[in-house]
Amino acid sequence: MRIFPLTPSATAEASAGSAAGRSCRCLALLILLISLCLMVGTAQAESLDADDNAAALDLLEALDVASYPAKGKAIDAIVQSDDPRARDWLSALLDGRLQRTDDGRFVVVLDNRGRDWPVEDALSGESLGEMSRRELDRIGINNALRNQLRSAIAVVDLYSADLALRRASAERLLGEVDADLAEPLAGVIEREEDRRVRARLVQALAIHRLEQGEVDAVADLQGSLHPRVRVALARAASGAIESRAASGAIESRAVMGDDSVVADAAQAALNSIEQNLRINRGLETLYFGLSLGSVLVLAAIGLAITFGVMGVINMAHGELIMLGAYTTWAMQQLLPGQPGLALILSIPAGFLVAALAGIAIERGVIQFLKGRPLETLLATFGISLILQQLVRTGISPLNRTVITPEWMSGSLVINDALSLTLNRMYVLGFTLVVFAALMLIMRRTRLGLEVRAVTQNRAMARSMGIRATRVDIMTFALGSGVAGLAGVALSQLTNVGPNLGQNYIIDSFMVVVFGGVGNLWGTLVAGLSLGVINQILEPWAGAVLAKIIVLVFIILFIQKRPRGLFPQKGRAAEG
Amino acid sequence: MNASRHKVLSRLHLRPYLRPSQLAAAALVTTASLGFTAQALAEDPIKVGILHSLSGTMAISETVLKDTVEMLIEQQNEQGGLLGRQLEAVVVDPASNWPLFAERARELLAQHEVDVVFGNWTSVSRKAVLPVFEELNGLLFYPVQYEGEESSENVFYTGAAPNQQSIPAVNYLHDEVGVERWVLAGTDYVFPRTTNRILEAYLKDEFGVADEDIMVNYTPFGHSDWQNIVSDIRRFGSEGKKTAVVSTINGDANVPFYTELANQGVDAADIPVLAFSVGEQELTGINTGPLVGHLAAWNYFMSVDTDVNYDFIDAWIDYTGDEEAVTNDPMEAHYIGFNMWAEAVRKAGTTDVDAIKDAIIGVTVPNLTGGYAAMMPNHHITKPVLIGEIQDNGQFDVVWQTPSTVAGDAWSDYLPGSRDLISDWRAPMRCGNFNVSTGSCGGSTAAEEAEAALAE
Repeated sequence: MRIFPLTPSATAEASAGSAAGRSCRCLALLILLISLCLMVGTAQAESLDADDNAAALDLLEALDVASYPAKGKAIDAIVQSDDPRARDWLSALLDGRLQRTDDGRFVVVLDNRGRDWPVEDALSGESLGEMSRRELDRIGINNALRNQLRSAIAVVDLYSADLALRRASAERLLGEVDADLAEPLAGVIEREEDRRVRARLVQALAIHRLEQGEVDAVADLQGSLHPRVRVALARAASGAIESRAASGAIESRAVMGDDSVVADAAQAALNSIEQNLRINRGLETLYFGLSLGSVLVLAAIGLAITFGVMGVINMAHGELIMLGAYTTWAMQQLLPGQPGLALILSIPAGFLVAALAGIAIERGVIQFLKGRPLETLLATFGISLILQQLVRTGISPLNRTVITPEWMSGSLVINDALSLTLNRMYVLGFTLVVFAALMLIMRRTRLGLEVRAVTQNRAMARSMGIRATRVDIMTFALGSGVAGLAGVALSQLTNVGPNLGQNYIIDSFMVVVFGGVGNLWGTLVAGLSLGVINQILEPWAGAVLAKIIVLVFIILFIQKRPRGLFPQKGRAAEG
Repeated sequence: MNASRHKVLSRLHLRPYLRPSQLAAAALVTTASLGFTAQALAEDPIKVGILHSLSGTMAISETVLKDTVEMLIEQQNEQGGLLGRQLEAVVVDPASNWPLFAERARELLAQHEVDVVFGNWTSVSRKAVLPVFEELNGLLFYPVQYEGEESSENVFYTGAAPNQQSIPAVNYLHDEVGVERWVLAGTDYVFPRTTNRILEAYLKDEFGVADEDIMVNYTPFGHSDWQNIVSDIRRFGSEGKKTAVVSTINGDANVPFYTELANQGVDAADIPVLAFSVGEQELTGINTGPLVGHLAAWNYFMSVDTDVNYDFIDAWIDYTGDEEAVTNDPMEAHYIGFNMWAEAVRKAGTTDVDAIKDAIIGVTVPNLTGGYAAMMPNHHITKPVLIGEIQDNGQFDVVWQTPSTVAGDAWSDYLPGSRDLISDWRAPMRCGNFNVSTGSCGGSTAAEEAEAALAE
């Protein structure tokens, strides 16, 4: 009897199918028997599509009940059915895309954004065009069903031709293999060509064998960093396996290990794993620190230009970051369905918007307050409040949804214990690019030369023919534009709302002061090191205390070295 | 006003048995003076104060509550107002600034002489206004779930007390999901700290959970770097026992938290997060993809399938003119609170504060989930408790609910200091913190509490 259409081996499938819901195995068997009888009954009448669809409709009909346990049974029935569409139904159900129209038809929603959704018929697969979401009712599931569905799909996918599906399936089966699945799994491993899938399945099988008390299973698990492997080994090491092996009816064990032998072997494997885990944990903390640091650098580097180089205390810096983030949101509104493209276009757009806002602030307020830091501080603080409230009343007090493009979500898996989140990796890279570009501008361009000249000696620079006012505008625009870039990046990490800027202004000043006013390198080193220090402290001090410790550390440091990590030297520092 | 002067006096004496007679005298004087002016006032509108932040950090949550009360007032006026008088909203903006809340409350009560106030969100802002409401004898309806450990004569708590949200939610996780290890994660302020203290005691007493199976974590407001914490949670949850996160993480910090969970591959099916502060309103600013399957415990969800709820949603959409407008739990609390107050005004035949305080106890009005809410003598109300799973459309699918409504308990049974305290504002007890073991009333500590809360 065929359980799933995708499979090359009939014997493998029968047990695979029943292994799907471990807790429902008896029930599944019962259903299997019943469906077998039904099939024998209807076999003579070898019937048409219509009959087939009626049976399929019954299967789906059973899903549309209020009770979750009843839905669980309905899922089992679908798993046991001979229907080639079973996998599509299950995955649509898992994603919440299996829905029912008001007139009782089952459809699969292809895209559930907006008010009208494109749908296709769940039975015939034909497209039904777009339907209003009000006409559709979702078949709801809960976490228990989600787990059941995933296991069921994983077993099916084991035989899939698609490598990605097989990998996901093997991942899922780790720690979920039971006696029913063990036997066909051995066959699957033999036929599997992909090394990763194979290794994973060997481990999955080994966990099962370890649970049966086979001592040579430990060898297969050696060196694996996967938490489920560790849990299995820890249980074996603590002796939890023994009692089960002793009481269980396992006569057919090929290698009957002594209980304590199993425990010792597991303990040895566990020790080397723990050692390895510690190293990985250190690397992970380092990555966390660098990524937090890159956010700090990005937020602060615009300030390093306006405050550090020009000496303007701009309390509205945070709001310029916010403007950059809102630009990203606006771009995504303009280009619906293409969040990635919108994000990339936001980089120049965010720079421009924030730079223009910066010019407006410089021309409108700051130029009149030159050399009066206290007044500048108060005036820009007022501007920051005005900008916040403008966004609140003009757009909304609520946060805006900024979509993270597909290629930025998830993580890059290094090994089972270490994976690096992609969005933060992009931000880290982006920070370095922005930093390099700024260094180039300041060191290699005429603008950079003029900026340095004006900040070192304004009067002298002017007498050499440099238009100091124009340089002021350009510098402030550059610093503000970089703040806008920070906003574009931050929109991928945190909320886009009116308060976004406020959360970063203190940190930005902290980084600039710590790094040494007027020094871009200082900002980079200060930001990254503060990030790493913070992340090292956090696990044992807690997030709140870690922040306080860092702050106290900076205060003490500034007492000792008032000019920060990299103080400016020479005559420029006196001015 | 006489009543308020008497109140101040009675606080100086701190002798509870003096109070009923004093209050009676006060009430007499008040009603007598009202008798003279009632005629003249008949045309004047009844003033309803609204004390919600319209700017600053809390505007995100509180603005809709202001709109809700304004909508309810409009609806009431369409039905002819109350006692033949129209209702008028007096809106002030405390700007998410806790001391400013006290000033604005004083402005509402002393200057505008409002008859009732609907307002506040955060606990610290409520603590800040408590002494003002007690001194000037005002009425405050507070619509948000809170940490309990309080019962003021002048405040009606229409949001959930801990036993109406966190305790049933933990029961659900333990009984239905089979959770054995617990992460209690919260933002570092009074509501999460008190709730987690109660939950920790409850988990240990009721389920015998060991110390090493509970992980408590606090983060600052607006925390956005969750890498380390999520990584810790992942490790904590990979020890082979079913693990869940009970989250009292507040406001904005939730989005980066859930995104980090999703990015690090922590799935709702493996480690579900049950939140007490994430509702429909919060989900509107979020890409809900990473949140699907995580849980929230409230007393109301927009997705609840009752006619009265659909009416409320339709009215709200009409009022806001926004087809996508969502409703949430604190809005329902205001709906209940407003109707209770209106009912008490009808019952008492006056908007006089002392008369309302007596009349409102026992008042029962429909809630939006198809049941009824009753005002208890401790100024808390009865509520059903619902657990919902987040769906990708930003709505909750109700997966579990208490079989009947639960009465709010002002003083938790799981904290050593408050175990013996009860609250009953009916005569003759009239006490918010009566100690049953010593048989004495603690009296109001609003002033000290406000000072302590604002000092933080």
